[in-house]
Amino acid sequence: MTIASATQQICFLVLSVTLVLGALGVVLLPSIVYSAFLLGGVFLSVAGLYLLLNASFVAAAQVLVYVGAVNVLILFAIMLVNKKETMAAIPGLPLRRVLSGGVCAGLLVLLLRVAFVTPWAVPGPEPVGEEATIRIGEHFFSDYLLPFELASVLLLMAMIGAIVLARRDVFSSDVITGEPADQGLLEKARTPLLIETPAPSPTAGPR
Amino acid sequence: MMLPFSAAEPIPLQAYLLLAAVLFCTGVWGLINSRNAVRVLMSIELMLNGVNINLMAFSSYLDGQLIRGQVFAIFVITVAAAEAAVGLAILLSLYRNRETVDMERFNLLRW
Repeated sequence: MTIASATQQICFLVLSVTLVLGALGVVLLPSIVYSAFLLGGVFLSVAGLYLLLNASFVAAAQVLVYVGAVNVLILFAIMLVNKKETMAAIPGLPLRRVLSGGVCAGLLVLLLRVAFVTPWAVPGPEPVGEEATIRIGEHFFSDYLLPFELASVLLLMAMIGAIVLARRDVFSSDVITGEPADQGLLEKARTPLLIETPAPSPTAGPR
Repeated sequence: MMLPFSAAEPIPLQAYLLLAAVLFCTGVWGLINSRNAVRVLMSIELMLNGVNINLMAFSSYLDGQLIRGQVFAIFVITVAAAEAAVGLAILLSLYRNRETVDMERFNLLRW
């Protein structure tokens, strides 16, 4: 895809502004649902930047995986845990925010100094352009074959792990004793240990 | 503006690096300061996207025919998807046990 430089710059500026404002909205907005939708906008802007960099396959993967899967997953999680709760105030929270903002600004200055001081070897070799998808396929099935296969194993492990973690009744009986020992051992009905309430009897020891 | 644009030049590499740095630092700030656990996961996704922009920019500007940065970016996307799935499953399990998503109350392993 070769488009004029001025068009590229306009697209880049629009995408950058969308990206930065969306990212700030994700971390600053009080409503978590707005944050999740803005996160989808951020992912779409990043996909647009990949298109500007002539990487159509990665842009498609970004839209499919991030917008289609991760963002929807986050929205589902928000719906599942969306209980109105007022977070208890913490002393020194504004100070903490300012301090961490300072640390992040310092990190930003450091990164920008590296980016602008390093003499990058531009213009580099001729970019691959439209053949990027073919090259990625060749990489995946030749020199990156082992990471490619390991990624499939990782995805399988993540899927099984997510199912085991999110279900309540995976283990219907204890492996050793045979007693019914599901994850209800950790459930809230039977967990005085996990909820921060004072111990019911004065004879109980300190936690 | 810090971007040294003129009308006829292509976009410099530093513009992408600047954008990625801003995105990464926003993610770090959100990761430190979020009270809501879902927002922490979103901040992690922001940081991963910042790193991906760096990889893609270097791949396009400096790597020529071997587009290793794009391959790395695809692996990062894969790992990020797995991380999001497991992280949200942990979050659901945690929410069932503690009935909150407040990060300040997840201190069972802290002290």
